[in-house]
Amino acid sequence: MNAVRALLRKDLLLELRAKESVPAMALFSLTTFVIFHFALDRNTVAGSLASGVLWVTLLFAAILGINRLFVAEREQGGFDAFMLAPVDRTAMLIAKACALFIFLTIVELIAVPAFAFLLLEGSILPALPGLIAVLVLANIGIAVIGTLSSAIAVQTRARDLIAPLVALPLLVPLLIASARATQPLLLSGGALSVPTKWIAVLGLYDLVFALLSYAVFDFLLEE
Amino acid sequence: MYGKGMRPLAIGTFFVLTGAFALVFFWVPADADQGFIQKIFYLHVPMAIVALGGFIAGGVMAICHLRTGNSKWDLRSYVSIHMALVLAVGALITGSIWARAAWGHWWVWDEPTLVSFLIVFLLYATYQPLRFAIEDPEKQARYASVFAITAGAFVPLNFLAVRMAQSLAHPRVLGATGGSMPSEMRITFYVSLIGMALLFITLWKYEMASKHTTAQLRNLRRRLLGDDSVAPTGRSAAPSTVLPARPKP
Repeated sequence: MNAVRALLRKDLLLELRAKESVPAMALFSLTTFVIFHFALDRNTVAGSLASGVLWVTLLFAAILGINRLFVAEREQGGFDAFMLAPVDRTAMLIAKACALFIFLTIVELIAVPAFAFLLLEGSILPALPGLIAVLVLANIGIAVIGTLSSAIAVQTRARDLIAPLVALPLLVPLLIASARATQPLLLSGGALSVPTKWIAVLGLYDLVFALLSYAVFDFLLEE
Repeated sequence: MYGKGMRPLAIGTFFVLTGAFALVFFWVPADADQGFIQKIFYLHVPMAIVALGGFIAGGVMAICHLRTGNSKWDLRSYVSIHMALVLAVGALITGSIWARAAWGHWWVWDEPTLVSFLIVFLLYATYQPLRFAIEDPEKQARYASVFAITAGAFVPLNFLAVRMAQSLAHPRVLGATGGSMPSEMRITFYVSLIGMALLFITLWKYEMASKHTTAQLRNLRRRLLGDDSVAPTGRSAAPSTVLPARPKP
């Protein structure tokens, strides 16, 4: 647990000082909302369109973070140092997933209000409790799958290409569940309740991939 | 070593597949709704099932590779996924043709099996680029195995998720092995499925034998003529099968 805390602290400190990922991700999502406004030629969106715009933006913003996640470890010898330390290798997985989860949460704290302000028809306030639940579950899934695919891709020559290609198909079921769960929340007539079925699917998907990553992650760090 | 039993297997595959096609064209009754085009079912569905089976088999072989550390398992897993990818392309093309004939569109988004198959195909399409992008052979094998295991576990999960997204709106009319199928159709379908599975195994063995023989040839050449006689293998997506150079006495 100490190793996880130390690694997480290092990642957050690094982000706080260098500001490599989070500002880029947040700015990217704002720009994407503007692009959606012109591409769809609409001033407001609601229902399934709103949920689609929100999730596509968040997913692609997450890809930016996923691409950068292990770059510093590889380029500045973080992997070697970690391999020398007498700690469990799973610590790296947990710490990186937690870091990505925190990055995503910060990005959403900026992106979701911006989305409500710029594009959403009606108020976001009635949808907020349900939306937060969906966002938290989806963030866990994106963090776990993103860490796994980033770790697979970081040793390749073309990691910026390989990471999204691996991560996006794995994220499709997550996107289905999140988009379906968000859809009734963003209807123009006022929010309906969150479909529990999709919340359950999200939770289950998170759990399965957390176990899977836990099982295979050790092999990605062996030297 | 992989060549052993190739001939009877190949002959058996030939006869079962020919028999399956004979049954399809001359014996099984045409579908009442769709007529002749429905016969593509006996090609399309076995291809898809065998491709998915090949993906999952590749994942299981990858588990064996990580557990034992024996690079033979990596080669087996690679060949299995490679062959499954070829069959998957076939299944997508035949499925598209069938969709065009039966529903009037080349692609139908509300058929969950089709959509999940495409997602699985897109994921596995990254397998070869991933391998190609890692230069160190040992690392390449290990990372490819991790990918194969993750993707193998993803196959059933993805089918479940996509089906849930649509099953309420669209009942499955064309249930593949539903109990409503007449017995002639069912028998023909099973024969086609066995034929396709045999074809997969034959092709798998064939590629394994070919890779193995090439490697042996290289090693013999090197022992007889010295290290300079063999051209260095370039970067490749296929696992390296060449034994390490022997130290000179």
